[in-house]
Amino acid sequence: MLELGGIVEAVGEMISSVMGSLGFGSGMITLMQLLTAALAVISFAAVLTLFLVWMERKVSARFQMRVGPYRVGWQGTIQTVADAVKLLQKEDITPVNVDRAIYFWAPVVTFVAAVAVYVTMPFGEGLIVRDLNIGILYIIAITTFTVIGLLMAGWSSNNKYSLLGGFRSAAQVVSYEVPLAIAILGVVMLTETLSMLEIVHQQSKFYQWHVWRQPLGFIVFWIAGTAEVNRTPFDLPEADSELVAGFVTEYSGMKFAMFFLAEFVNMFTLSAVATTLYFGGWNGPLLPSWAWFMIKAMAGVFVLMWFRWTYPRLRVDQLMGFAWKFLLPLAFLNLILTGLGIHFF
Amino acid sequence: MVSDFAAVAVFLIVGVGFVLFTLLLSKIFRPSDPNPIKQSTYECGEEPFGPSWIQFNVRFYIFALMFVIFDVEAIFLFPWAIAYQSLGLFAFVEMLIFISILLFGLAYAWKKGLLKWY
Repeated sequence: MLELGGIVEAVGEMISSVMGSLGFGSGMITLMQLLTAALAVISFAAVLTLFLVWMERKVSARFQMRVGPYRVGWQGTIQTVADAVKLLQKEDITPVNVDRAIYFWAPVVTFVAAVAVYVTMPFGEGLIVRDLNIGILYIIAITTFTVIGLLMAGWSSNNKYSLLGGFRSAAQVVSYEVPLAIAILGVVMLTETLSMLEIVHQQSKFYQWHVWRQPLGFIVFWIAGTAEVNRTPFDLPEADSELVAGFVTEYSGMKFAMFFLAEFVNMFTLSAVATTLYFGGWNGPLLPSWAWFMIKAMAGVFVLMWFRWTYPRLRVDQLMGFAWKFLLPLAFLNLILTGLGIHFF
Repeated sequence: MVSDFAAVAVFLIVGVGFVLFTLLLSKIFRPSDPNPIKQSTYECGEEPFGPSWIQFNVRFYIFALMFVIFDVEAIFLFPWAIAYQSLGLFAFVEMLIFISILLFGLAYAWKKGLLKWY
C-alpha cells in the first residue's frame, strides 16, 4: 500500500527532530513544517497545471478527432513543460497607460487565492495541511478573492476589452456564488460540520455518499461551480472570439502564465471540492486514499472538459437570468427539501 | 486553533513569494525591448479611442448589491445548518420565514425587471 500520509508524517517528524536538536522552539518548528507544506502544495499545483493543460489539449483533440500534442515526449506529455519554459522567456510587455501597481498585483492576488484553498483540502488519509474547523466556509470565502483579482486586472489594464471582461467576470462569479453557497448548505445540514476531514469521514461507505441524498444540490453545485471557474458554457469573461481573452488581453509573459495557472488550479479545486462534499473524498477500496481522491477529482475535470466540447457559450443576458431566476430558486428548493427530509425521514 | 490560521497566513505569504520569485526568474531570462507602439493599448490594431475608465452600466452595481444581500444570507444560514438537526422543527419554520422574506425581495427585483440584462 502506497500511503503518502506516512511519508508526510515522517517528513514532519524529521523537520521537528532536526530543528529540535538545533535548539529551535516549537513555534519555529511548526512554522518550518508549514513552510514545507506550503511549498509542496504549490509545487503540486504547478505540476498539476502542467498535466491539466496537456490533458485539456489531448481531450479536446480527441473530441475533434485529432491526435493533439504528440511530438515532445511520450504522447506530448512534456509539451506543456516546454511551453512553460517558453513563457518564462517571453517579453513582459506593460502598456504605458496601465495603473501600474494594480496591474502588477492582479495576477498575484488571483494566484494566491487559487492555491490558498489547498490549506484545508483532504488529498488523502493524513494528507491535509490543516483541518480548519470552518473548512468549507473558508474555501468559499477564499475562492471569492478571485473576483478581486479579475476586477483588478480588468480595471487596471485601461483597455476596453479588459474592462468589459473583468466586469462581466465579476458579475458572473458573484451571481453564481450565491446558488453555490446555498447548495453547499444542504451538505452542511446533513453533516452538521464544516470541517472537510469530518465530511470525508462521514462518507466512508459507497452508499453514504452525499450525492445520493443531495442529487439536486449536487447539480446546482456543479453548474454554479462551472460558472465560478469560468469554464464553457460560462466562459463569457474570456470569450476569445468577442473580447480577445477579456481581462488578460494586456497581460503577457509570466504574468499571463499566473492567470493561466490560477484558472487550471481553480478547475481542479472545483472538482476536488465536489469529490470531498458529494463523492466520499478519498474513501475507496484497494487503492491508496490519495489515488482515489485523484481518480475522482480527475473524473470531474474530465467532465468539465467534456462540457467544453458539448455546449455552446451562453449569451450574457441568458447567463445572469439563469443564475438568479433558475439556479437560485432551485438551490432554495434543495435547502427546504433537505430540511423536510431530515425531519421526516 | 491559532496555529490553524497560521497555516493560512503561511500559505498566503508563500503564494505571494512564489509569484514574485517566478516573475523575478523570468526577468533574468526574458528580453526587454519596449517601444511606444508595442506599449500602446491593444484595440485590434486601431489607435486607442479615448480612455477606458469611463462610465459603465449601472446594472453591474445592482447585481453586486443583490450578491451582498444573498451572500450575507448564506452566511447567516451556515450556523443554522450546522445546528439544524438538534434545533428541531422550530428552526425549520423560522428559517422558512427568513428565506421567504428574501425570496419575496428576489421576486420583487424580478418583477421590476432588475434581473434582466440588456
